[in-house]
Amino acid sequence: MLVEMTINGQLRSADVEPRTLLVHYLRDELGLTGTNVGCDTSSCGACTILIEGADGVGESVKSCTMLAVQARGAEVTTIEGMATSNGDAGPPSLNPMQQAFMDCHGLQCGYCTPGMVMAATSLLSENPSPTETEVRVGLEGNLCRCTGYHNIVKAVLSAAGGGVDQ
Amino acid sequence: MTVTEPIVGTSMKRKEDPKLLTGEGQFIDDIHAPGELWMGMVRAPMAHATVTNIDASAAAALDGVHAVYTGAELNDMGLWIAPLPCAWPVTPDMANPPHFPATSSEVHHVGEIVAVVLADSRYGAVDAAEQVVVDYDVLPAVASVAAARDGSDLAHTSLETNKAYHWPLVPDPDALEAAFANATHTVTGNFVQQRLIPMPMEPRGVLAVPSPMGGDMTLYSATQVPHILKVMVAATTGIPENQLRIIAPAVGGGFGGKLNVNPDELLAVTLARKLGRPVRWTETRSEGAFSTHQGRGQLQKIELAADAEGKLLGVRVHLDADMGAYMMLITPGVPLLGSFLYTGVYNVPAFGFTCDGYFTNLTPTDAYRGAGRPEASYAIERAMDMLAIEVGVGPDEIRRRNYLGGGDAFENLETASTLVFDSGHYSPNLDAALEMAGYDDLRAQQQQRRDNGSSKHLGIGLCTYVEICGLAPSRALGGLNYGAGGWEHGMVRFLPTGKVEVVTGATPHGQGHETSWSMIVADRLGIDPADVTVLHSDTAISPLGLDTYGSRSLAVGGVAIAMACDKVIDKARLIAAHQLEANPDDLDFVAGAFTVKGSPDKTMPIQAIAFGAFTAHNLPEGMEPNLQEQMTFDPANFVFPFGTHVAVVEIDEDTGHVELLSYTAIDDCGNQINPLIVEGQVHGGIVQGVAQALWEEAIWDDDGNLKNPSMLDYLVPSPAEVPSIGTGYTYTPSTSNPLGVKGVGEAGTIGSAAAVINAVVDALGPLGVTDIDMPATPSKVWKTIQRAKQAQDQGEVQS
Repeated sequence: MLVEMTINGQLRSADVEPRTLLVHYLRDELGLTGTNVGCDTSSCGACTILIEGADGVGESVKSCTMLAVQARGAEVTTIEGMATSNGDAGPPSLNPMQQAFMDCHGLQCGYCTPGMVMAATSLLSENPSPTETEVRVGLEGNLCRCTGYHNIVKAVLSAAGGGVDQ
Repeated sequence: MTVTEPIVGTSMKRKEDPKLLTGEGQFIDDIHAPGELWMGMVRAPMAHATVTNIDASAAAALDGVHAVYTGAELNDMGLWIAPLPCAWPVTPDMANPPHFPATSSEVHHVGEIVAVVLADSRYGAVDAAEQVVVDYDVLPAVASVAAARDGSDLAHTSLETNKAYHWPLVPDPDALEAAFANATHTVTGNFVQQRLIPMPMEPRGVLAVPSPMGGDMTLYSATQVPHILKVMVAATTGIPENQLRIIAPAVGGGFGGKLNVNPDELLAVTLARKLGRPVRWTETRSEGAFSTHQGRGQLQKIELAADAEGKLLGVRVHLDADMGAYMMLITPGVPLLGSFLYTGVYNVPAFGFTCDGYFTNLTPTDAYRGAGRPEASYAIERAMDMLAIEVGVGPDEIRRRNYLGGGDAFENLETASTLVFDSGHYSPNLDAALEMAGYDDLRAQQQQRRDNGSSKHLGIGLCTYVEICGLAPSRALGGLNYGAGGWEHGMVRFLPTGKVEVVTGATPHGQGHETSWSMIVADRLGIDPADVTVLHSDTAISPLGLDTYGSRSLAVGGVAIAMACDKVIDKARLIAAHQLEANPDDLDFVAGAFTVKGSPDKTMPIQAIAFGAFTAHNLPEGMEPNLQEQMTFDPANFVFPFGTHVAVVEIDEDTGHVELLSYTAIDDCGNQINPLIVEGQVHGGIVQGVAQALWEEAIWDDDGNLKNPSMLDYLVPSPAEVPSIGTGYTYTPSTSNPLGVKGVGEAGTIGSAAAVINAVVDALGPLGVTDIDMPATPSKVWKTIQRAKQAQDQGEVQS
């Protein structure tokens, strides 16, 4: 069946089986492979994307928990839509959350990173000035095996503008 | 551009990050080939059984299914010329039953492949695999190493015993016996190293692409070891090695879990070759949990003999190690990687180690972060705490009394386990850890809680670990009967425009080699790190290499790069001398330029020399054009990083819940190239060790079924479970390489499990608890407390 939605500001569509998971629609049908799959139980959060709610704010969704058809007509943002294009002038500019992850060494292998950035973005849109504990609890649904989370938490606090002690 | 400020030692941001942060990283499941077929595995649902019949007709009839092959058919198709490899036959008589990518008849663990389907879509392969009907005759399963040792059932009906090998390291048996005969104090620890599942965030996957012209085969694999894989694919399939190209694309973590030669890799290659079409497979998390190898799996007995002051006289260790169903790449050697470290950081006059490896009907074991060394560190560091209690001194004091070199700085010190430690300086490292953790204050708080009768018990745990890494001197590996060397290769080449390409045989999957290698090269050559590109993980681009594991990449591979730079400088010096008409010895090389001593106007930047080497218009007589050099570095010794970790836990007596309140780590990995990256490795390593101590365990039932094969119930920690980590460093350069560096990828894991369990036992000591098995889950802690209380009550009644 034809499934159409707006992804990173562009109208996209693909003809897929009704059972197709949103994450496989994004990855296999549209080639948006920045969104990763790390588990099969909705535990790891590597597939986290943003779907715009009625209030116009992107809310984090694990794209392995939704069928593509359930996102028909939705406004979706994936990791590919986070940086700002500079056209021909050079590579895109990282957005503040992405930049904070880079500055704080909040990634190593980078596999959980897209989902982590999306979840952290959603967290700050709900709670712009979180405490360390609020960041940790807020990202509970996103797993990372490399960083021990220390620098991820640091990056999110830094992106929130609070800064953090070493 | 030239650069004068040193870059090595600074926290330069990583070059790898922009791609990974924008979704541009190309992981295995992101890569596709036209005409590809999706492979689906039919896996045995029982641990030990005989396949009696396979009905593939329903699967084969599905739309989009290209082929179904049973294990027997696969084994009759001439796809392979040898079984899956074990590169480490640790004894000449080690049992090693043949292990093929799929089994024809006897199944030896849940998850073993009994048939394969090929379909034209991801979902189609899953559908088809589910439609294959397999009949089994069930055989008794050997579902633990204890059952294997008991031996009433056999894991392999073709073998007469479950014991695979016996490996001793007892340099002086008489001295060891005398040590225990003369001891004032002895303690014995019996510890369980539970099985762990590596679970890198990226599942494993493969894509085999045959050349349309025939012959050549490219295998993309989410592997840590593309170079080793190339040799092994050639050796097992008979495909000439010079027609194979292995590419490890962006790899989403490994931790040892991608350090193997796996059935799926060989199936993809051989079926792609047979069908002339690309074949791909990506494991699901739950599939990988029981089909990709696991880590640890040991029963440990450690005995310490000490004099009246608690000074060690001898250490005696025996392991019963769970091999699982088959010997994979280094399965039998993993316990032995730790054998040399059961003396820890201590002066131990007499030492003995024995290990029995046993087959079970469980998923094979192999490397997992630390591979043998976390186990060793855990045993000696837990036992030292037991000895401290026995002698009646603090855990810090028992360690001080026994440190190698008396706690003073040493170099090239031989130990009772026959190693030569490159360098160490343990007392200041302990001092720094205790100070940073606020040890005295913590002890006061602990006493206060005890005086108040609090049910929230505070525990403080220490661990001073040492590890052996920088794998490895090739001769030493030969002495252990390992099937390869331990060198690493690097090449540094100037391009005509002054940019530099570095080729490394190390194969990063999160470690940041592109950044660290660029920093080393930039400093050495006096250029901008942005002008350096690091090429890796593709055997067509980097033909020589031994890959990344065992905290070896910097201490062997990074050193090779530095030495190749020095060769480049040596050649450039000759060209500069020739063109400046000066004696080579009269040239200074500073900030990327050669200058004649005393004549600052007579100078040539190295980029200009590189261009001159490219045009070759005016080179010294007989010199080869171009400015590129390579180096294969084979270290003379291992490196021995060390550190002291302090874990602080709070245990709720009523629930058994263990809260990790704080964690302090003072690590010493010698000189540091990029402290930002070092710290990231320490953080991640620590959390993996903490996870072994508190949460993670592959739980197998008595029939050999894995009861928790998903991230729902195999408890990889989330950010909410762990605290921020306090880190600090001491700096004791290695004598094993010219950079003075040691490895740091596994150190955190090697130190942390013991620190946490020492803290748990420390907290519960007043309740009568003397030990607890990992993971210290709330139910296990609560039951341990109840048992200890009952024992104390009974003791009081009796007395």
